[in-house]
Amino acid sequence: MSNPLKINPQELKEEIVKDYSAKVARKRSKQIVLSQAKEKGEVPEIMANVRTIPGIITQRGCTYAGCKGVVLGPTRDILNITHGPVGCGYYSWLTRRNQTLPDSDDDANFMTYCFTTDMQENEIVFGGEKKLKKAVQEAYDLFKPKAIGIFSTCPVGLIGDDVHAVAKEMKEKLGINVFGFSCEGYKGVSQSAGHHIANNQLFKHVIGLDDRVSPAKYKINLLGEYNIGGDAFEIEELLKECGIELISTFSGNSTYGRFANSHTADLNTVMCYRSINYVADMMHKKYGIPWIKVNFTGAAATAKSLQKIAAYFGDQKLIARVDRVVKEKLKAVEQAQAEIKARCQGKTAMLFVGGSRAHHYQELFREIGMKVVAAGYEFAHRDDYEGRRVLPSIKVDADSRNIEELHVEKDPDKFKPRVTEAGQKQLAEQGLNFAEYDGLIPEMEAGTLIIDDITHHETEKMIEAYKPDVFCAGIKEKYIIQKMGIPCKQLHSYDYGGPYAGFQGAVNFYREIDRMVNTRIWKFIKSPWQLSPQLIGKLGDS
Amino acid sequence: MEKTIIDRPATRNSCVLCAPLGASIVFQGIEGCLPLLHGSQGCATYIRRYLISHFREPVDIASSNFSEESAIFGGKENLKKALSNLITQYQPRLIGVASTCLSETIGDDVRAILKEYRKENQGSPLPEMVNVSTPSYHGSHWDGFWKTVLAVVTQLSSQEEPVRQRLNVFPGLVSTADLRHLREIFTDFGISFSILPDYADSLDSDAWDNYHSLHEGGTPLSEIRAMGRAEFSLDLGQALTAEDSASGYLAKNSGVTRLSCGWPVGINESDAFFRLLSRISSQPVPEKYRQERSRLLDAYYDGHKYMFGKRAVVYGSPEMVAAIVSMLKEIGVIPVFCSTADTDFAGIEERVIELRPDFLIGSSKGYQISRKTGIPLLRAGFPIHDRFGGQRELLLGYRGTQRFFDHLVNVVIAGVQDSSPGGYAYV
Repeated sequence: MSNPLKINPQELKEEIVKDYSAKVARKRSKQIVLSQAKEKGEVPEIMANVRTIPGIITQRGCTYAGCKGVVLGPTRDILNITHGPVGCGYYSWLTRRNQTLPDSDDDANFMTYCFTTDMQENEIVFGGEKKLKKAVQEAYDLFKPKAIGIFSTCPVGLIGDDVHAVAKEMKEKLGINVFGFSCEGYKGVSQSAGHHIANNQLFKHVIGLDDRVSPAKYKINLLGEYNIGGDAFEIEELLKECGIELISTFSGNSTYGRFANSHTADLNTVMCYRSINYVADMMHKKYGIPWIKVNFTGAAATAKSLQKIAAYFGDQKLIARVDRVVKEKLKAVEQAQAEIKARCQGKTAMLFVGGSRAHHYQELFREIGMKVVAAGYEFAHRDDYEGRRVLPSIKVDADSRNIEELHVEKDPDKFKPRVTEAGQKQLAEQGLNFAEYDGLIPEMEAGTLIIDDITHHETEKMIEAYKPDVFCAGIKEKYIIQKMGIPCKQLHSYDYGGPYAGFQGAVNFYREIDRMVNTRIWKFIKSPWQLSPQLIGKLGDS
Repeated sequence: MEKTIIDRPATRNSCVLCAPLGASIVFQGIEGCLPLLHGSQGCATYIRRYLISHFREPVDIASSNFSEESAIFGGKENLKKALSNLITQYQPRLIGVASTCLSETIGDDVRAILKEYRKENQGSPLPEMVNVSTPSYHGSHWDGFWKTVLAVVTQLSSQEEPVRQRLNVFPGLVSTADLRHLREIFTDFGISFSILPDYADSLDSDAWDNYHSLHEGGTPLSEIRAMGRAEFSLDLGQALTAEDSASGYLAKNSGVTRLSCGWPVGINESDAFFRLLSRISSQPVPEKYRQERSRLLDAYYDGHKYMFGKRAVVYGSPEMVAAIVSMLKEIGVIPVFCSTADTDFAGIEERVIELRPDFLIGSSKGYQISRKTGIPLLRAGFPIHDRFGGQRELLLGYRGTQRFFDHLVNVVIAGVQDSSPGGYAYV
């Protein structure tokens, strides 16, 4: 087992960037920071959400991926058409392992389909709007969906196809909701721009269309949960047991109808802050729904999140019911923790993934006694690292400026404040603050490294230095890391496993990590003749 | 069998991927080569993601990371930065630059940019650089693959090189096990050869003692340079015209004799292949392969009762589909519908529902059809990401056919067994 304490992280950082050219080194130095002691209450500044340097092999994807792949991908009954050449649609065809469960066999589920206009040279030269219109018509004729989303790929913006005009025209013609996304891959610096674009269009075109109010008492939305490996199923079940009604999830196991009705909820709970905070803020402004940050990754965090929701509604009956559920569920979790902790205690992990998971998953590692020695996000902004308090000081650069910022006002009819100012104050005294997120860095122990948009080169160096017991990233990194003799747990697709959310999910994850860090296979890397070459030829010599 | 061309504006569940993916596979199969996609970073990320899900290996593909600015003003500066950063970090021997729909739409002249870059960096050691035009709105990943083979040979081979191999081989998108088997066969015939691309080691490598940031293996650059000095070029698969193929280029410009045969799958095609090698090498077919042939025939006799009269749907690359169909006919299986690239999976599904074949043969992407119809799918080709080891499924030669045949018979037997009322242990 490694001993990270022997490493001087500051020296290591210098060692890592010295292989770059001076200009690259300067930039990367600002994206690698050292966590300081929590007690000081200081959070170091990190550079994030800036362009990736060309030729540095990055983990990041594109705007289209964030929009179509991440946010809209998990909704089963919006028929998504990729407007562009064939590749982009194909690559985003069910690759994220988001699951869905239609209420019946007759309900629409387009997630197993991949629709694309498959643009050819002809359309690049003469424009693709005509083909797009035909494709929308064909999709409608075949499936009669409630809604159709059109997603732009790189060439679309360049040749000047107006997907929004096509959407508007087809919406009027077909009498269903049709909306477009200007999510060309080159916009923004990562998939994060795509999340924002997806949020905007959902807000403009879908949220708030269905005003029917459910008679349930405690109504919430779950934002930023994409049902990878069935996480959302796990959370849905838990909320049900607690008697909390889930109006809509954005967007795991979701439907168009639930999005449309989501403004009737009384609380927004935010999982992946990065990808969905825009919708949370806009719904607050327009409809008066407050939002809180929750985390259903980790048993303790799950318990806390459920308790926070109960505290918000303030009903003693609900609070008692949640406590009862939590207590019951924790029994099995604690038993598994005790068993697995014995084998995992003191082992180390690194997490370089996403815009939330590098934070959330630290809970699970802590629960089995493992230490996170370094972490970072792929496409986060400064607020994901340093907390929302830095929002006013974030410089808006050209790349962020070209993503539309919606101007949102109170809806004259539908705005309804959910909490009074006095109520808010009272909740704050109980530790329940709205629209608050402290970010990843305060979670990290002093002396650990935080690296934004980690490069291939840095990954190698970090592994070489720390030899962590497990490294969490995605499929692009997985086999690189495993070639270095370190197991890699994919936290995008979960390595075909999961769910890892909620209480049972936590146990699933403990067992998975136990299996990975305690397996014997890594010990076979050196063959016996490599380990003790002097034995060669000895047998039968005498 | 019939050919169906479907005219639909929307492609549902495409059978093909985009051209830069094919380019990336070829570059992965060349010694010391780093692929660089000139376009948005999403292309490199998506393609890496896709190749890795099939090969389960590190696949490094760099990008020139276009921003909105470069999309408007051109990607020249980004491409130059990318080249410099790759050279400093990885010291590649070759950088293979493939364009994307983005850089092609704005009309970046990659060849000119590379020329300018070489001029600006005169005096410093530079790797070889090759460029290929692979806009995704033009052709499929197979087209991108073949275009890149042609570009590599056109730009690197030279008449000035010393002779290194008698035979150039262009096998197409075969599995890593197929590549290893081909090497074994040529070696057994005593023919000096060079396979392009050869990703058997780079995309299906062993556990490493020490990490290396550039892939190992791949066709040596010295052999590619010497391709114009070989006696023969051999294309596996007969889908390419002389104009589109590296072998055609070498024949025209260097007088290298162009040979071609189908993928050696089944007795007929394998016989043709082995006979050709025997002719080239003036050697008899080695005993080992005679035995493999005979063993395959014996298996055909034994398995025939399960297979005769069965009906199949086959989809995949033109080379693979042609080869598998030829083999199926030997064993009495009727290919009722075949698809290369001229239809999508929605089209295939309609035909499957209508024709009710006994099994499907093709990539993982046919799984939804298989699930919906209950008709079993035997996975072959690319991509195979819902089964383990898809990258090293052996298909070529008598030996590969044997494996494939065994699998196929077992698919049928399993079907009989699972649907038998009593549940037979002997089927």
